[in-house]
Amino acid sequence: MSSKGIHIEGLRKRYGSGDTAVDALKKVDMLVAPGEVVGLIGPSGSGKSSLLKCLGAVIEPTAGRMTIGDEVIYSNAWKVRDLRALRRDKIGFIFQAPYLIPFLDVTDNVALLPMLAGKPNADSRKQAVKLLQSLDVDHRAKAMPSQLSGGEQQRVAIARGLVNRPPVILADEPTAPLDSERALAVIRILNDMARKFETAIIVVTHDEKIIPTFKRIYHIRDGVTYEEAGEGRGFE
Amino acid sequence: MISLAGRDIMHAWGKFVFTGVGLGLLIGVTLSMAGIYRGMVDDGKALLDNSGADLWVVQKDTLGPYAEPSSIYDDGWRGIRSMPGVARTANVTYLTMQVRHGERDVRTMVTGVTAGGPGTPGWPPYLVAGRQITRSHYEAVADIASGFKLGDCLQIRRNSYTVVGLTRRMVSSGGDPIIFIPLKDAQEAQFLKDNDAIRQQRRRTASNPAFNRPQVPGLLDAVIASQSTNSYINAVLVQIEAGRDADEVAESIRRWKRLTVYTRSQMEEILIGKLIATSSKQIAMFLVILSIVSAAIVAFIIYTLTLGKIREIAVLKLIGTKNRTIVGLIMQQAIALGAIGFVVGKITATLLMAPIFPKYVLLEPLDSVRGFVAVLMICVLSSIIAIHAALKVDPAEAIGG
Ligand SMILES: Nc1ncnc2c1ncn2[C@@H]1O[C@H](COP(=O)(O)OP(=O)(O)O)[C@@H](O)[C@H]1O
Ligand SMILES: [Mg+2]
Repeated sequence: MSSKGIHIEGLRKRYGSGDTAVDALKKVDMLVAPGEVVGLIGPSGSGKSSLLKCLGAVIEPTAGRMTIGDEVIYSNAWKVRDLRALRRDKIGFIFQAPYLIPFLDVTDNVALLPMLAGKPNADSRKQAVKLLQSLDVDHRAKAMPSQLSGGEQQRVAIARGLVNRPPVILADEPTAPLDSERALAVIRILNDMARKFETAIIVVTHDEKIIPTFKRIYHIRDGVTYEEAGEGRGFE
Repeated sequence: MISLAGRDIMHAWGKFVFTGVGLGLLIGVTLSMAGIYRGMVDDGKALLDNSGADLWVVQKDTLGPYAEPSSIYDDGWRGIRSMPGVARTANVTYLTMQVRHGERDVRTMVTGVTAGGPGTPGWPPYLVAGRQITRSHYEAVADIASGFKLGDCLQIRRNSYTVVGLTRRMVSSGGDPIIFIPLKDAQEAQFLKDNDAIRQQRRRTASNPAFNRPQVPGLLDAVIASQSTNSYINAVLVQIEAGRDADEVAESIRRWKRLTVYTRSQMEEILIGKLIATSSKQIAMFLVILSIVSAAIVAFIIYTLTLGKIREIAVLKLIGTKNRTIVGLIMQQAIALGAIGFVVGKITATLLMAPIFPKYVLLEPLDSVRGFVAVLMICVLSSIIAIHAALKVDPAEAIGG
C-alpha cells in the first residue's frame, strides 16, 4: 500500500496519571489509503472518540506515530507546529449532527474554510458552490441552515468537510440521525467523494444499516484495534 | 474573509436592535445627566456673565449674594465708587420667589436693579424684545423662560408690574428665570411686611413714649416712615477700570470697607464648587451607577449570546479558526451593541430629554465624544467574560464523547 492516506502505528492514549489513569487507547494501528472509506466500530467506552480526537489533533496522544500523506504529524510528540492549520488544511470533520454555523448561509458555511485559509471570498464561494453542485444541494446555496432538511444539512456538512480537499476525513456517526435510505445515500456520497478527491475517510459508526457497505472495517475493543475485511463491495 | 460578527448580528438583528435600544435609553439618560451638570455650570457662568460685574461686594464673611444671604447698607456704593480702579458700581438685590402670572406661579429670581442706563451692572445686557426699565416703579424685564410676554402683568407681593422687555438665558444658578424690577420695588418686596404686621408695629411705635412726643411734632411720623423703608441690598456690583487688576482693587475695597469682596473667579468657584457641589456629586453618582448598569447589561447580553454559540465556537475552532477571529467575533458584537446604544442614546438625549427636561441641558460635543469612548470601553471590557468563556471552549467538544 502507498504511503499516502493516513497511517497510524502503535497509538496510545492515557488519560490522567497514577492510580486514576485510564488507558483509553492501548494499541491502535490503522492504514487508510486515499480514496478508501473504512468503518471504525466498537462498543461504548472502547476508545472511538479518543481516537477521533487524537486523529483530529485536538488531544495529544501519549505515544505512537501518525502520518498523513508523507508528513509525520505525530511521533511520540507533535511534529507539526500549527495544529490549527493542520486541522484546517489536512483533516475534514463530519459530525453526527451537521453543526452548521446558523448565521452563515449554505455557501458561506462551506466557503468559510477556504476563507479561513486565506483564500479570497469570491474564489472560496466558487469552490463551495461547485462542491455543493456535486452533492446536489446547490439549489439551496443561498438558504440558511435552519431552512434545510436534515439530509440537506448533512450534505452541506459533508461539503464543508471536503472543501479544503483534505487528505483525511473523520466522520463521527454521520448517519445516526438519518433514516436508512438517507443514511445509505450519505455513505454513497462519501465513497464517491473519497474516490473523486483521493481522500482517506474513516467513518465511526454503530449504524447497522451502513456496516455492510464497508470493504474494510476496524474494530476497536478496550483501546485495541483489529482489522477485518467487510462484506461490502462499496459502491463501484 | 467575511465578518462573522456582522453575519451573526444580521442573523439575530432583532435581539441586537432590541438590546441596543434598551442600552441606548440608558446611555441617553447618562448623556442627559452629564448635560444637566454642564447646564448647571453654564447657568452659573451665565449668571455671572450677565451681571456685568467684575467684583461682588457683599456682607462681611458671607458667601453672598448667590450662595448665602448677604445684606449691606444701600449707601455703601458711593464709598466704593470713589476707590481707585473702580469704574462703576450698582446696588443689586436677589430674591428667589414664586411670581404669580394669572392663574399659575412661576419660580423666578427677582433681581432689583438700580436706575441707570444699559451697561449698568446688574442690568440685562441685551433684550430679545421690548425695552429696558425706564421708570423707577412697577416695570419689569423678564426672561422668556418664565413664560411672560410683553405687556403681561405680573404680581410680586402686593404690587403688579408690567413686562416691558424680554431677555434670554438670564437665569439664577438654580436655573430659575430672572425677572428684573427697579431696585426700590425689589427692596420693598424683599422686606415687605403684611398689613397686620405694619399696623401692629405702628401701634407699638405710637405707644412708645420715646417716639410719641407731643412736644416734638413729626417725630412719630418720621420713625414710622423709617421703619417701613428698607435700606438694605444684597450686594454691590463693581466694574473696574480697564487695565486694572481685579484682585488688587478687591483687596483695597476689603481693606477699607470691612466688606467681603469676590472676584469673578472666586465667585465662579463659589457657584460651582459650593452651590452646585451637592448636585454635581449626585450627578457623578448617577453617572457611575448608570455606567455600571450599562456595563452589566452589555456583559450579560454578550455573555448570553456567546453561551448560545458555544457549540458553533467549538466547531469553528475545530475547523481551524484562529482565537483572534473568535475574540474579534465577540468584541465586534459588543462594540456594535455599544454603537447602536450610543446612537439611540444620543438621539434620545438630543431630541427627547434635552427639550422636555425642566432644567437646562447642555449637550457638549466633547462630552458626546467622551461618552462614545466610554461606551466602547465599557463594551470591550464587558465582553471580556464572554471572550474568556469562548477561549475556554475545547475544540474536542465538537467531537463529543
Ligand atoms: N477526558 C477523559 N478523561 C478520562 N477518561 C476518559 C476521558 N475521555 C474518555 N475517557 C475514558 O476513555 C475510555 C474510552 O472513551 P471514549 O474514547 O469516549 O470511547 P467511545 O467513544 O468508544 O465510547 C472510557 O473508559 C472513558 O471513560
Ligand atoms: Mg464516544
